[in-house]
Amino acid sequence: MSNQNRTMYGGRVDRSKTINFVFNGKKYKGFQGDTLASALLANDVHLIGRSFKYHRARGILTAGSEEPNAIVQLGVGARTEPNIRATEIELYDGLEAASQNCWPSVKFDIGGLNNILSRLFPAGFYYKTFKWPPSLWLLYEHFIRKAAGLGKSPIAKNPDRYEQKFHHCDALVVGGGITGLVSALALGRAKCEVLIVDENPVLGGYILDTNSTINGKSCNKYIKSIIDELQSMNNVTVLTRTTATGYYDYNYLTALQKVTNHWKELSKTVPRERFWRIRAKKVILAQGAFERPLVFSDNDRPGIMMVSAARKYLNSYGVLPGKSITLFTNNDHAYSTAFEFNNKGAKVKIIDTRDNLSLELEDRCRKNSIQVFKSHSVISTKGSKKINEIEIQKVDIEKNELTGEIIKISTDCLIMSGGWNPAVQLLSQSRGKLRYDEILNTFVPEFSPQDLKVVGCNNGKFDLTENLNDAFTAGIDTAAELGKNSVDKVTWEGNEDISFTQAQIEPYALGKKEVTKGSKHFVDFQNDVTASDIFLAQREGYISVEHTKRYTTTGMGTDQGKTSNVNALALMSHIHEKPVDQIGHTTFRPPYVPQTIGAIAGRSVDHLFDPIRKTAIHEWHEKNGAEYEDVGQWKRPHYYPRGKEDLHKAVNRECLSVRNSLGILDASTLGKIDLQGPDTAKFLNMIYTNAWSKLEIGSCRYGLMCNEHGMIFDDGVTSRIGENHYHMTTTTGGAARVMSWLEEFLQTEWLDMRVFCTSVTEQWSVMSISGPNSRKLLSKLTDIDLSKDAFPFMKFRNGKVCGVDARVFRISFTGELSYEINVPSRYGLYVWSELMKHGKEFDITPYGTEAMHVLRAEKGYIIVGQDTDGSVTPQDMNLDWLVSKKKEDFLGKRSHTRPDTLREDRKKFVGLLVNDKKTVLPEGSHIVEEAKSQPPMKMIGHVTSSYYSPICGYPIALAMIKNGHNRLGEEVEIPLMNGKIVKATITDTVFYDKEGTKNNE
Amino acid sequence: MFIIDCPYCGERDQTEFTCHGEAHIARPSNPNEVSDEEWGRYLFFRNNPKGIHFERWTHDHGCRRWFNVMRDTVSDKILKTYKMGESRPEVNE
Repeated sequence: MSNQNRTMYGGRVDRSKTINFVFNGKKYKGFQGDTLASALLANDVHLIGRSFKYHRARGILTAGSEEPNAIVQLGVGARTEPNIRATEIELYDGLEAASQNCWPSVKFDIGGLNNILSRLFPAGFYYKTFKWPPSLWLLYEHFIRKAAGLGKSPIAKNPDRYEQKFHHCDALVVGGGITGLVSALALGRAKCEVLIVDENPVLGGYILDTNSTINGKSCNKYIKSIIDELQSMNNVTVLTRTTATGYYDYNYLTALQKVTNHWKELSKTVPRERFWRIRAKKVILAQGAFERPLVFSDNDRPGIMMVSAARKYLNSYGVLPGKSITLFTNNDHAYSTAFEFNNKGAKVKIIDTRDNLSLELEDRCRKNSIQVFKSHSVISTKGSKKINEIEIQKVDIEKNELTGEIIKISTDCLIMSGGWNPAVQLLSQSRGKLRYDEILNTFVPEFSPQDLKVVGCNNGKFDLTENLNDAFTAGIDTAAELGKNSVDKVTWEGNEDISFTQAQIEPYALGKKEVTKGSKHFVDFQNDVTASDIFLAQREGYISVEHTKRYTTTGMGTDQGKTSNVNALALMSHIHEKPVDQIGHTTFRPPYVPQTIGAIAGRSVDHLFDPIRKTAIHEWHEKNGAEYEDVGQWKRPHYYPRGKEDLHKAVNRECLSVRNSLGILDASTLGKIDLQGPDTAKFLNMIYTNAWSKLEIGSCRYGLMCNEHGMIFDDGVTSRIGENHYHMTTTTGGAARVMSWLEEFLQTEWLDMRVFCTSVTEQWSVMSISGPNSRKLLSKLTDIDLSKDAFPFMKFRNGKVCGVDARVFRISFTGELSYEINVPSRYGLYVWSELMKHGKEFDITPYGTEAMHVLRAEKGYIIVGQDTDGSVTPQDMNLDWLVSKKKEDFLGKRSHTRPDTLREDRKKFVGLLVNDKKTVLPEGSHIVEEAKSQPPMKMIGHVTSSYYSPICGYPIALAMIKNGHNRLGEEVEIPLMNGKIVKATITDTVFYDKEGTKNNE
Repeated sequence: MFIIDCPYCGERDQTEFTCHGEAHIARPSNPNEVSDEEWGRYLFFRNNPKGIHFERWTHDHGCRRWFNVMRDTVSDKILKTYKMGESRPEVNE
């Protein structure tokens, strides 16, 4: 039988449209407009999943985003999603969902043993049990991780598309219930740009499920007229299925719009979700309230749900979740639902914790033949997969104790209401303050530093007329603050069957004493936190709310305690015999509901994840099979394998080509900054450690930059182009950092210096030809006199190369005769191709960054960021010769004489040769004086660069070793990860052409 | 997420800016003559007030200009932005 729990008529589902879906492998039918939860209830499916810790049978508690229990694995394959609330899943044809946290099935779950053994798993169980000995933590962690978590993440890549949208508006209204709609109406009429968001597919909120009236009309009709008016306004944007998830400074809010989640097929044109980043001048919060559960013994069985949820299933979906309903309440408001169920033919009994009921209410119950047990409490429930019986007992209010005879009542649905808690999460995120209301017994908004207003139940007010008027006034006032049109006042009158006016807090409906044996009084359903756990936490000293939260996990999980927080606080207040406002509350943080990482990433995935920078010559690298290395955002050729060459073979070949004949490197990624102005030389004197005043036009100089701590932070060659014109190069990765560094000092420290900095990194293509034949090649293609005397080392010349205007620098990073040819980027590919063509006779070999690293290491040239790490001075790097002794001042100078930088035992830059002449040390290896079988060992340094040097025929390494400059020739040991110990000898840092003649040829 | 009133460009989103810590820390004009302690103070010591804080920001993804911001660290309200070289605004307690 299908849809056996459906009423004959009623609800807003479209009964003409049947929808087929599958839950736990079984086929069911629902209607258009159902949620998964309502359709399952209609089909008499109450057991939805197993709980997190004790694997207890759980059903559907609520009908909204606060649901802690009914969370399912939705969809299959790459699009499967864990922990989705069945109460929010809109039914679509072909939907597949399954229970979570159970094995082998939800009905027979092995993990249910945890429930029987639950005395072994108190709060803080993991902390206590798995803490010692520390060495076993890795083992414990493996099992704990396996047991933890709810649903399963998809393994395959998600094929869905997600988008982001930035939105600016005059006013954002959060919540499309009646108060939100009325506020938006006033704002809309005042011609404000309004955005109103609501998490549900249907606007109107809670009131739709009541028979309230607004200004004499049925609320459903009235709401439709408001929505029609809003939708007719061009200045109003209405977003349904959109949840505001975060509230940040300056009225910056995020919202997640579920665009096609409820579609059967993957859309090719429309994203699955859209993540909104909203900047609103004004915000009106109208998010309503959550109904509060009652805490009693075994209050978690399937078939126990919130009164408001039952009301929604009945009135929105035409579903009777039970035929014999018991209402357990502490407030008048819940009675409306009892009457509605009674009208639909369900048998209803009421258990009320209070002994005083209004005569009117008593009278209505009598007329409807509803039996009311006053000052009674539910003390136990029974039924393994679904509730079938409860026991109740009288409460002695004075003593807060149970007394008298236990009465058994059979029931198939227990609905409960402990009052209402305003949805204060966003307000709290906005750094707002909350106040404890003694009548409502809950936290209500008090203040927010953001420009916002709170209206309706969200503001802790539950009278319909008052809320309508407040909401409209809030809209008018907001419009006035924005300087918009004035709007005619409207006097609103609302009528709700029974309003919520007050509720006691019933933290622990059983009585005063803590129950340590047997049944469980759940406070937090999702995390299986019981009243006993809260007691335990207090007893063990976790008294602060934040500590109690973390120790017991109450308020954590995917629902973030929307139903549990206030009860947990009330229980703490009860234990400490202090008012709740002295207990305080935890801070709410974004997101308000779980949100997909996909939506946060938006389109920034795959090749759009990060911009990719390519040089003008990239096309050639592509065609010639380069393997790439990412350097910052740049794609740099790492090496160019020929045939089946691996990295090692290719690099050896590339290195030897440079040493023996001719190599070519695309060096376009080097940072380049054009400096002009009369004070440039003075400025360079401050920025670099060496002296710049005497650099002649046409000359180049290598320089080191230090920060004010005296530590090397970049290096490069700077050339003097003209009287007041310099061309600076920086490391590839440091280009932006250096540019900012220069700007900082020009703009904040030396405002009178006349220097202009322009980044020209991308304006120039740079090709470095290097090797003994480089002059021969270039001489074929240029009008520049390349003779040794006319164009010596560390000079640059302007001229034509391949007919293109070029700046050629005679500088070298390989130690060989080299020319760095700079041409405007648009000619880069052409000039490179010409060089390749004319270089054939010298077997010109393109080389990548790996060969460049080897070649420079053979010469002991440092790479900033590899051999240095932000904690080394020029002196540490044996680069004293680059530090001017004469200059009065430069950035970092003073720090070079701080006691710390003068320490004798600082790590110093040295060479390292392994004694076996075979082992290539892993970079980063620790160097010790003497290796031992296990730590601790006296560590004296680390390897910064290490390669096999093809020209030397053995491995070479660079290292930082304590007091290394005075230890040349000494032997050290390097213990490797595989247990092997390598012996090595400290050397100087130059392994090839120690005299440095080749540069100068 | 702040909205910052760049003195050169006007109001822009915080994502366009970078904060560089406390403002009005002058570099000693005679570094060679200051003691290690004074130099250490310049390098390492910063205020961390609860309340009004003066700090340097740059409009990196905009005009690339440096400027100063007067911000209340409690409310995160930016009370004033002003150009480099302009004097520190008065704090009205």
